[in-house]
Amino acid sequence: MKTIEELNEIRENTLKEISLRKDINYKGNEKHILVCGGTGCTSSHSAKIIEKLNAHIKEKQIENVRVIRTGCFGLCAKGPIIIVRPEDTFYAMATEDDVEEIIEKHILNGEIVERLLCKDVDGGTVKRLDELNFYKKQKRIVLKNCGMIDPENIDEYIAFDGYKALEKVLTSMTPEQVIEEVKASGLRGRGGAGFPTGKKWEFTKMAVGDQKYVACNADEGDPGAFMDRSVLEGDPHTVVEAMAIAAYAIGANKGYVYVRAEYPIAVHRLQIAIDQAREYGILGKNIFGTDFSFDLEIRLGAGAFVCGEETALMESVEGHRGEPRTRPPFPANKGLFGKPTLLNNVETYANITQIILNGAEWFSSIGTETSKGTKVFAVGGNINNVGLVEVPMGTTLREIIFDIGGGIPNGRKFKAAQTGGPSGGCIPAEHLDTPIDYESLAVIGSMMGSGGLIVMDDSKCMVGIAKFFLDFTVDESCGKCPPCRIGTKRMYEILERITSGKGEEGDVEKLEKLAKNIKASSLCGLGQSAPNPVLSTIRYFRDEYEAHIKEKKCPAGECKAMTKVMIDKEKCRGCSICSKNCPVNAISGELKSPFEIDQNKCIKCGVCIAKCPFKAISRV
Amino acid sequence: MSENNEKCACGCNGHDEREDKVLEVIKECKYDKSQLMHILNETQNIYGYIPMSAQKIISKELGISMAEIYGVITFYSRFSLEPKGKYNIAVCLGTACYVKGSQSVLDKVKEILGIDVGQVTEDGKFSLEATRCIGACGLAPVMTINEEVYGKLDPSMVKDILAKYE
Repeated sequence: MKTIEELNEIRENTLKEISLRKDINYKGNEKHILVCGGTGCTSSHSAKIIEKLNAHIKEKQIENVRVIRTGCFGLCAKGPIIIVRPEDTFYAMATEDDVEEIIEKHILNGEIVERLLCKDVDGGTVKRLDELNFYKKQKRIVLKNCGMIDPENIDEYIAFDGYKALEKVLTSMTPEQVIEEVKASGLRGRGGAGFPTGKKWEFTKMAVGDQKYVACNADEGDPGAFMDRSVLEGDPHTVVEAMAIAAYAIGANKGYVYVRAEYPIAVHRLQIAIDQAREYGILGKNIFGTDFSFDLEIRLGAGAFVCGEETALMESVEGHRGEPRTRPPFPANKGLFGKPTLLNNVETYANITQIILNGAEWFSSIGTETSKGTKVFAVGGNINNVGLVEVPMGTTLREIIFDIGGGIPNGRKFKAAQTGGPSGGCIPAEHLDTPIDYESLAVIGSMMGSGGLIVMDDSKCMVGIAKFFLDFTVDESCGKCPPCRIGTKRMYEILERITSGKGEEGDVEKLEKLAKNIKASSLCGLGQSAPNPVLSTIRYFRDEYEAHIKEKKCPAGECKAMTKVMIDKEKCRGCSICSKNCPVNAISGELKSPFEIDQNKCIKCGVCIAKCPFKAISRV
Repeated sequence: MSENNEKCACGCNGHDEREDKVLEVIKECKYDKSQLMHILNETQNIYGYIPMSAQKIISKELGISMAEIYGVITFYSRFSLEPKGKYNIAVCLGTACYVKGSQSVLDKVKEILGIDVGQVTEDGKFSLEATRCIGACGLAPVMTINEEVYGKLDPSMVKDILAKYE
């Protein structure tokens, strides 16, 4: 158990050791090698790089150098990422074979390993992380510690103002003042719906009950969204601290974090954070010597998208099938185990400590009229800089996709951006300049959602994308209410028919009618928003639906039933690369004369199109 | 155990240590019914799936009916009632991977192994599943074989990757 004074001492001492990570003018002779240990970089073997770096440092008895496994730096497309501080050198796509050179050249001789430096999209090499266009328009509040600290070391968190907000709240603020501050900040729920966070806290505080709970929704189900996971992997203590603050504000003494079991690294680090906080007396009885007691427990999900819905999540925490409850009563009055419960999402919590420390006024100065602060987007799909991006609310899609994201690869054109995952919609090029906030996205038929942002180029069929999302919803519908269970299935069947070239006149109208009914009559958010991907693609790409139905053609050339892969005899030089790469041996011919594709064998996988050096093969 | 009730060749004497582990987990959870999800997750980690024998233990120890346990297991996609193959292949069909062509990677795996999603090859070597986002979107499209992650795939690479596990 640590006192506030002892924490201050830890803060001062640790800060001396790690301040060089933030101080570009640091003149000492220490170096920190930061290696990304997020899920993306771990998948490309960053753990082996860390192992090897440490082995070399030990073997060569190099002093004053530390290797730190951090959370995600955001630029996942360039992983595994290594950053050497204080000089902030950014090495991209490194492998374990590069370790020796980094140690020999950079660490021992002070020479930068040029060939490993990160290349920007415009082709230029950048030496320092902050020179990258990817980072220039970003503002990091939620992700401020990700990539900066060792997430498994509570002292490093404390050094960068960690647990200071909790200290401030417990020693100088009443619960009412905390709630007022959160309300005044204008923070809204980052899980998707955008409900004002302060109000939610107030409702739960006002609810009558001897036992109250706080809960954290870390069941990030939108496929392609990974901001919550990155916060838990890179800065788990910020969630622990914010939940303790929330518990103090609403009068709870127990908290639950509901995390997907599919996130083993996040679960592991969060558990370490909880254990460390307990050891320091930051969780437990009489925190900082006050009357306030609070403890936290992790509950694992097991792969059900619907459990991101608040009442379904509560059913699951209690050990049941994750089927949503009818509301009212709302969780603020009757939540976990029938008690008043406050539920916020990971990213929402990750804003709290900054609001308490810097004030509501500072926070509300960022963003737009109705949406304050920043939003983290997981940007993926047909875009150069795949990764995690945090921008002020009000940033336009164009800025995110082209300035930060580096635009569309392979010389293709932007077609649509999908936000909000299976509950959201597709946004076409004409709306690229819309400033992103909760309201503006709703107006153009999409939604903020949890922050997944998938970019699609002009080779993507919009009917196919709508079908993809409906397939997901049909799979994930819990089955409790018929509109969602049966309605989404019927919509899927119609889309299946259209994409296989059997669409009938009137199908689009049928989809619209079904969508309207499902939205109006489903029990929970999953069903109510399930038709959105279909409605938004009909709204912006109706001509594509019509082409499928009337002309039996897929304009993007993606629907296999309606396309053929053909070799242009004029362009083919007979190099045989296509036939060597064809997985089903459907291509034959004689060298130096045009090859041919056997349409009966062809599975239309497109490998030949990608491999042909003369661009002689295309879908027609 | 072998079918004709001979003494088991593995030396377990008919005693399955995995059952002890399940009991241990239940004890750690203080027989708390609300911990059912955690206990099932652990059971799945112990066996690789959740067999009937383990379900019976959980049912008895927690006082939850078998029907309810079955209901919970079948609700969540991570839980499996069937054993998986020695190598479990999971092709990501998250949106980011889908947009980059993971469906054709999945189709290729299906074609080579001759099994559908959710099935195991006859020799028990490979099982196949389609997952939603494993979070390696920077490497899209990806698939995992047990713990190993393969990224930036195209269908023509599948054959060589699978051959490593022959």
